Amino acid sequence: MLKDEDRIFTNLLGPDKWDLKEAKKRGDWKDTKKLLGRGRDGIIDEMKASGLRGRGGAGFSTGMKWSFMPKDSGKPHYLVVNADEGEPGTCKDRDILRHEPHKLIEGCLIASYAIGANACYIYIRGEFYREAEILQKAIDEAYAAGLIGKNACKSGWDFDVYVHRGMGAYICGEETALIESLEGKKGQPRLKPPFPAMAGLYGCPTTVNNVESIAVAPTILRRGAEWFANIGTPNNTGTKIFSISGHVNNPCNVEEEMGIPLRELIEKHAGGVRGGWDNLLAVIPGGSSVPVLPKAICDDVIMDFDSLRAVRSGLGTAAVIVMDKSTDIVRAIARLSAFYKHESCGQCTPCREGTGWLSRMMNRMVRGEATIEEIDLLENVTHQIEGHTICALGDAAAWPVQGLIRHFRSELEDRIKKSKVA
Amino acid sequence: MSAAKKPVEFSQPESFEFTKPNLKKAKDELAKYPKDRAQSAVMPLLDLAQRQHDGWLPRAAMDVVADMLDMAPMRVYEVASFYTMYNLQPVGRHHVRICTTTPCWLRGSDEIVKTCEKELGLQMGETSKDGKFTLEEVECAGACRNAPVIQLGDDYYEDLTPEATKKLLVKLKKEK
Repeated sequence: MLKDEDRIFTNLLGPDKWDLKEAKKRGDWKDTKKLLGRGRDGIIDEMKASGLRGRGGAGFSTGMKWSFMPKDSGKPHYLVVNADEGEPGTCKDRDILRHEPHKLIEGCLIASYAIGANACYIYIRGEFYREAEILQKAIDEAYAAGLIGKNACKSGWDFDVYVHRGMGAYICGEETALIESLEGKKGQPRLKPPFPAMAGLYGCPTTVNNVESIAVAPTILRRGAEWFANIGTPNNTGTKIFSISGHVNNPCNVEEEMGIPLRELIEKHAGGVRGGWDNLLAVIPGGSSVPVLPKAICDDVIMDFDSLRAVRSGLGTAAVIVMDKSTDIVRAIARLSAFYKHESCGQCTPCREGTGWLSRMMNRMVRGEATIEEIDLLENVTHQIEGHTICALGDAAAWPVQGLIRHFRSELEDRIKKSKVA
Repeated sequence: MSAAKKPVEFSQPESFEFTKPNLKKAKDELAKYPKDRAQSAVMPLLDLAQRQHDGWLPRAAMDVVADMLDMAPMRVYEVASFYTMYNLQPVGRHHVRICTTTPCWLRGSDEIVKTCEKELGLQMGETSKDGKFTLEEVECAGACRNAPVIQLGDDYYEDLTPEATKKLLVKLKKEK
């Protein structure tokens, strides 16, 4: 369990104010100039050594990502922060934005400096209107205090931050769709390569990072890569914010050590499963895109990228969706299929058509109207989508259904048999 | 892709003009982007227009935005019809958006939907005849630890029960 002194987000749930005065008391903006003084390579090396893996879902090394930015491109560089939080189950960035905005803004300055960017856009989902207001106020405070703007923190580096509000499109959480959206177009993902580090926003070198990845950077640099790397499990270092929702007694966001056992996480922080651990049916451990896990696996699985991958699921955004035995698991997954159908941008045929097929077939499964053979057909459809689209939304639509068939096939069959008898 | 609101008969205004304060805001939005990248401001400008125009975007407003940003009108329609928060037809003064995605559903969003439908006498996607309410089902609101959730205007109403939902709606109904 994470020691109290190792927590990065000491105001995650906001008993204290978000403003600059309080943020400074929490340690934000302390000697930022000194941190920048380590230089681009110094900062990137430290981030690499910390082992921080991106907190937006894919889990790619943040330091590595920064190192991909060219040194002398002759073009402007950009940092783009992905605050388009919308993966069902995930609500962690919202609490950073409204309770710890200065951690994010300081992180933006440091990351931008490290990648050679003088400008940063924070793309926040449109529904987070109040959060965007707070963030803007925090940015205004930072400008007024000389922490950002011309000669930010007296470092000699000029740095501007802008808030750009989305308008309701899950797909814009995909980095290249987000860039398209920022350019004033509909949010449809781009083919990669070229990767954003070569040609991103306005065709310029761009790094896109999740809110949490950026917000932890200042603390990592202050306390040292070694400190961060000593928390968690090998290759899965540091602390992580977990969003726990669904059938628990106390749904919450909590910062914990990577690799905490799922059961401990739920029982220590979320008040346990409604009706006790034995009343657990299944957990989606990393946001709607990752496959569901039945109780037997939940009993002893630990929460990190590699361990969850080993049980054919994933850490994703670390959004833990808990379902007790009262849950109609088929309907729970069918609702996710409806979600992906709604959010498909329509660019790739396997996703545009396939998500519709999945949703319609899943609705038949909910009602037990399907035939036994259709379960295999359903799985086949998921494989037609998976790996055949420009972005990962297609995979994200396929995986929950695959997880359901893998672990709850008998439930699907029973339902079909029962409806035939009736 | 864009959410389906039930189509209704309505008329498009002949013209649209930003108010002076909104023109100033539009200028501030434009200043966020490089000078030769005005198109980046299309989303905030459409949002401004929508806020000015009772929560929906008439075609005339999209054309004004296209003109301001030197974009082909079609490129603006393309954006407006892609993002679900732009309303291309009139909506109620109170736009009640209920999240029903799995985390909210697990915490009882079905009951919240039922309460709203009963209390407002509307089905999902409908607007009341007096133009006061629109009821809409939305996808994950990103507030799952406070499920179930309703978005009303710019605010979230969280940890809802049927009773709390009813209380909220009754209060809104009483408003003139």
